[in-house]
Amino acid sequence: MAETICPENILEEIPVDILLDKSLEKKKQGLRLSQACAAYVNDKYELSYSFANDETYELTTLRVVIDKDTVVPSITEIVPSAVFYENEMKELFGINIVMLSMDYEDRLYRIEQEAPMGPKKEEA
Amino acid sequence: MAKVKRSPWLLHYDGSSCNGCDIEVLAALTPVYDAERFGVMNTGDPMQADIFMITGGINTQNAEVVKQLYDQMPRPKVVVAVGVCACTGGVFKDCYNILGGADSVIPVDIYVPGCAARPQAIIDGVVKAVELFQQRSDEHDKLVKQGGRPDAAKDAVKEDKEVSNG
Amino acid sequence: MGKRSIIPYGPQHPVLPEPIHIDLVIEDERVIEAIPSVGFIHRGLESLVDKRDFNQMAYVAERTCGICSFQHGMGYCEAVEHIFGVDVPDRARYLRTIWAELGRMHSHLLWLGLLADGFGFENLFYQAWRVREKVLDMQEMTSGGRLIFSVNVIGGVIKDITDEQMQIILKTMDEVEEELKVLQKTFLEDYSVQSRLHGIGIITKEQAHDLGCAGPFARASGVKVDMRKRGYAAYGELDFEPIVSNAGDSYARCYCRMMEIYQSIDLIRQAIGKIPKDNTLATPVKGNPDGEYFMRVEQPRGEAVYYVKANGTPNLERMRIRTPTFANLPGLCEMLKNTELSDIGLLVLTIDPCISCTER
Repeated sequence: MAETICPENILEEIPVDILLDKSLEKKKQGLRLSQACAAYVNDKYELSYSFANDETYELTTLRVVIDKDTVVPSITEIVPSAVFYENEMKELFGINIVMLSMDYEDRLYRIEQEAPMGPKKEEA
Repeated sequence: MAKVKRSPWLLHYDGSSCNGCDIEVLAALTPVYDAERFGVMNTGDPMQADIFMITGGINTQNAEVVKQLYDQMPRPKVVVAVGVCACTGGVFKDCYNILGGADSVIPVDIYVPGCAARPQAIIDGVVKAVELFQQRSDEHDKLVKQGGRPDAAKDAVKEDKEVSNG
Repeated sequence: MGKRSIIPYGPQHPVLPEPIHIDLVIEDERVIEAIPSVGFIHRGLESLVDKRDFNQMAYVAERTCGICSFQHGMGYCEAVEHIFGVDVPDRARYLRTIWAELGRMHSHLLWLGLLADGFGFENLFYQAWRVREKVLDMQEMTSGGRLIFSVNVIGGVIKDITDEQMQIILKTMDEVEEELKVLQKTFLEDYSVQSRLHGIGIITKEQAHDLGCAGPFARASGVKVDMRKRGYAAYGELDFEPIVSNAGDSYARCYCRMMEIYQSIDLIRQAIGKIPKDNTLATPVKGNPDGEYFMRVEQPRGEAVYYVKANGTPNLERMRIRTPTFANLPGLCEMLKNTELSDIGLLVLTIDPCISCTER
């Protein structure tokens, strides 16, 4: 029987100002950016950057919880492959991400509605 | 189906479908199901196409593309909406980026239901489209013989008339 | 330095039925940079969580993509099951494995066909699709649907595969294997096919890792990663090794996918041999989910991540599907650099792009 490896996912909550340091640390450990996504929960944005270890199949997620108008630095300078994830967050949720290596300026999907998955218009 | 007099060419465009119907349209054209035995041929060029097969719903980006493809096709033309998304918007009807079925931007003649539409259903749609195309071509020819202007045919989209005429 | 110009490629294009647009910055005939712009199929599927409850979302998730439909449904269901903490019945786990592998086979055969069409070998395209129809017949026989199965529910599956059907599947697998050996001769040994694939679009192991590539695209570059090794569904009880090639070119990708079809046949045989006799197919779940989970499954195109966040109500807070093609986009841009313009169509194809997955 083949050996299977299924470790539990790890979740690290970090403040936004050490996001770049943490990403660099993960990159130096040889982890691969598996995904990045955002969620809008209770008037706050939750950003998740998941780093995968391809040898142990471990998934470490950096969780950043921010207010609506917080400026988030882009991790594309450290992890270039994050560019599409961050553009997607920016466009669908309206998160203020700066210093993207390639900024589609909210035209990745070219949708008409502004930030359809972010805060509802009535609240804003 | 009566004798096939014409061999219409078929243009396939994927609106915002999930791929299921596209693959089934392709499968219907491959030798296993062989829709080509009804005289249709798949083409990638709208300028030479007679039947427009559209899969998937219409969203804000591809609305323009679909309209443009429709306008580029010479008259007479037949539009087939394949799959429930192209018919009404289907499971994605409530999504923020979906305008609705294909008929929200162009006039649709034949609706093929199914999620994903089965090749048999697609072939049925193709057969109906070929019949309709024959009928329209006959009307079109008659109109030309009488000296009428073919571009005034009734299937033109009103708001795009100026664009296609100019 | 030659003159630079930009060539728009797509959205309606020769090799794919799906629309994707790429702006190619070219100098003479060489591509300097490729900038993809997606969004022609963007539907906003993830926003449906506000309108559908978590049971209905299983069917919506399945319609993310019509090719790897079953695996989308499975990934979503496994994520929610993990939040509930329910155990899926053993037979359901094996059934999921069988269906997932059938899906992988038909997806790879489809890709092989499109690849053949991409380099202008139409006969081979039809041959690959003819074999694929046999796999689709198996899917239709067992689930009722050719592409969209809708057999996954939270807690298990709703349909069973009978013993007679298993025998038919095994017989068909033998037939497919025989036909595949014939196809393999052309795909992997034919002189003209090799000259179109060898040494084109090379991605090194380091690049594949840094750019976060997934699936056969990464495995063809020597990255040994296969989410099935995590042992979801019944993969933990089956014997297999990820198929890896080190060349990193288009030929290696073709080779990896070809070999994965054989692997799928083998996995289906193993699963049918080991499937337990059991009458329960699904564990009923009570109440609403509360919690969050990242589920990773290996789709035909690579690793897919399902993030489900629930808050104790029937409607989920957030469902996010990170599909393999989305992860492969940076790799695609890198790969297209410094290639000939005439190879672009083929190279776009070699990542096995699934645009409707990418844009959801």
